[in-house]
Amino acid sequence: MALNRKIAYIDLSSGKIETRPIPLEIRKMFLGGRGLDMYLMYNHIKPGIDPLGPDNVALVSAGLLVGTLASASARTHVAGKSPLTGFVGSTNMGGFFAPEMRWAGFDHLVIKGKAEKPVYLWIHNGQIEIRDGSNVWGKDVHETQEVIREELGDSDVKILTIGTAGERLVRFANVMTELKNAGGRTGMGALLGSKNLKAIAVRGTMDIKIAHPSEALEYNRKIIRQITSAKVSQTQGRLGTNFIWGATNTQGLVRVRNFQLNQLEDSDDIEPEKLDEFNIGMTGCFGCQVHCRGKYIIPSGPYAGVYEEGPEYTSIGAFAGEPDCRNPLTILVGNHLVNTYGMDTLETGSMIAWAMELYEEGILTSKDTDGLDLRFGNDEAVIEMVHRIANRKGLGDILAEGPLRAAQKIGKNSIKYLIHVKGMSNLHSDERATTSLALGIATGSRGSDHLRSRPAIDLYHLPEPVLRKIYSQPVPYDGPLSSDYRDYEGKPWQVFWHEMCYEAVDCLGICKYHTTFLGATLPNFEEWSKLLYYNTGLEMSPLDIWTVAERCYNIERLFNIREGLTRKDDWLSDRYFDEPTKIGIPSVRNRTLDREKFKKMIDEYYEHHGWDENGVPRPETLRRLGIDKEPSHML
Amino acid sequence: MQKMLVVDYEKCTGCRLCELVCAVKHEGVSNPLRARIRIVKWEMKGIMVPMICNHCESAPCIAVCPTNARTRDEEQRKVNVDYDKCIGCRMCIVACPFGAISFDPYASKIISCDLCDGDPRCADFCETGALRYVEASESNKQRQREAAEKLYESIRKFTATYTG
Repeated sequence: MALNRKIAYIDLSSGKIETRPIPLEIRKMFLGGRGLDMYLMYNHIKPGIDPLGPDNVALVSAGLLVGTLASASARTHVAGKSPLTGFVGSTNMGGFFAPEMRWAGFDHLVIKGKAEKPVYLWIHNGQIEIRDGSNVWGKDVHETQEVIREELGDSDVKILTIGTAGERLVRFANVMTELKNAGGRTGMGALLGSKNLKAIAVRGTMDIKIAHPSEALEYNRKIIRQITSAKVSQTQGRLGTNFIWGATNTQGLVRVRNFQLNQLEDSDDIEPEKLDEFNIGMTGCFGCQVHCRGKYIIPSGPYAGVYEEGPEYTSIGAFAGEPDCRNPLTILVGNHLVNTYGMDTLETGSMIAWAMELYEEGILTSKDTDGLDLRFGNDEAVIEMVHRIANRKGLGDILAEGPLRAAQKIGKNSIKYLIHVKGMSNLHSDERATTSLALGIATGSRGSDHLRSRPAIDLYHLPEPVLRKIYSQPVPYDGPLSSDYRDYEGKPWQVFWHEMCYEAVDCLGICKYHTTFLGATLPNFEEWSKLLYYNTGLEMSPLDIWTVAERCYNIERLFNIREGLTRKDDWLSDRYFDEPTKIGIPSVRNRTLDREKFKKMIDEYYEHHGWDENGVPRPETLRRLGIDKEPSHML
Repeated sequence: MQKMLVVDYEKCTGCRLCELVCAVKHEGVSNPLRARIRIVKWEMKGIMVPMICNHCESAPCIAVCPTNARTRDEEQRKVNVDYDKCIGCRMCIVACPFGAISFDPYASKIISCDLCDGDPRCADFCETGALRYVEASESNKQRQREAAEKLYESIRKFTATYTG
């Protein structure tokens, strides 16, 4: 049964392992995946602990619909207190790890303490072992998986692993599976590294019973057609997320030279169609018919002949847009390096671009860079810095500490040049012209983030009736909505709606590309209600699912407040308000965000959530959601 | 004309939806172990090969079966199993050169593809065209055409330079 998967508590200090069923009541309140992880995180992590210390808890989960007939039902969620921000640590990755973990009988892992020596977990058909990891400690992401498969004698074992960046506690190290499925943000790789936990290997052959098999099959057929018939899915299926670069750079919505420019000009060599020339096929995650992941072989240089997957929109930003480079090889190699080191491509690119601006301003000198010419446009320097950050060498050691700590170490007002929120760097998009996207990154619960609440469809200038249809369900809304992405009207509701949408889909373990993220006709609450019923038998209306999302998002907010978050953390750096965009299409040129209007958007955003003017959930909101008492440790 | 299941491994993206729908259709569960199709992968090289029963015209599994439980259904051009006759000796598993027959430990029986009785779910769900259920005359047409196109291009370039 999809609802009978267990939760395991693993204490790496004592070696004690305990498994328990997950009560139906919990499922109805939090569903699973990210939502339930947030609840567990709030309960099991004491406030104020050191995120790299043994008191932090790593949570690993599969969403409730993973492995069932729910289009791309493949996603793993990892959580804990973030070593990068000190707030909610939360990250999501695709691939095949989560379904395998469910077939092995488990939905949630709660990993506490710290192992004395490097270990990895081996989970198979209801059993969990802690195994000696000395064979794989020190190996990169790809090699680790091959060695563990060899050791366990089964090529079908799926493995979640950290790279050497996680071992070295690079604060934005990621967790990965296969070649490039990455749980990148908030430094969950460092969390596992701090526990001496190198990897989690899973292999399962246990049934997940589908509640209504014929209906589930028929409905999955229908929902897949709904997804693949959308133009955006078809484009993604051929070009991957690189197509987004084409769309956004053309307008002037990307960050270049660390915010100095908002478009990468004369960059034909790295347009999606050009990068596509290196592509040798597409692949994807479990159950997915969009298959948005490119396959390529590095064509030349020291890594020639290496097979790799990607690149993605974020890699183009990190290795071309932000450092003002235009060489496809830099993107292809940069992507490979962060994949093997196990580092967040986004954070890596942003940190390097920031360092480049500091070098330009004379705040960093060639003495600080050990002679490396860290000017914008220097492809070799970009690649060299990736190595230095992963290996914590010289300036890399400082950058590996993440934006705020690095700025503190460097001093000299370097913090003024940081593009971050709550201590996490922003995606390479430039939000000065796009108010809803700006509001999303300012308020996202894990810091600057394009995946907590980005209303990407706001970029499509959809007519008001279309917007009205999307945003008036499952909860009614009759406030203003605007088709212009530069307006301030209606955007708080859009951001709120998408927050709930992504929270829900992260609880279910379905891919965001199968939601109203990039496409207006793609599934959301209505469809998930049916998917839940056919696959698990659970009867939840679209409104019930929305309420679960609200409940879980409030717990994230409570966790952050407990760790010291205040209203002033829901804001953007001064550059968004003081420096106008220089280039791009006319409607995007010479734009800044307006402080007064932005403040009003935040006020309205808080109102929609049922939070007070400081962004603290009101008692009646918590009561309505049933989380007004200190969680009773039901789990 | 009867249809047959045609596999184009170059189009497979390795999503394994076929394994999922097969197991759900036959056994009502999500469990690749109980699927009659398997995507064999070399993940680190990005190679995925769908492996399924080829419903051989002269099937070794039929030849080796001691109770004649395995027979050929000429109407649907497939290999059938009569579970009333099958004794579960698993000789067919040994005999199949493709490893297409397996043993389901939960149902305690040997399993192999039965083409879902004429409407294979795997092909229905596979949007990339890696699995297609097509007329026998179509089985090689797409590949033939793709190869011919490449030849056409070469010929065109050659004659263009030749005729100056």
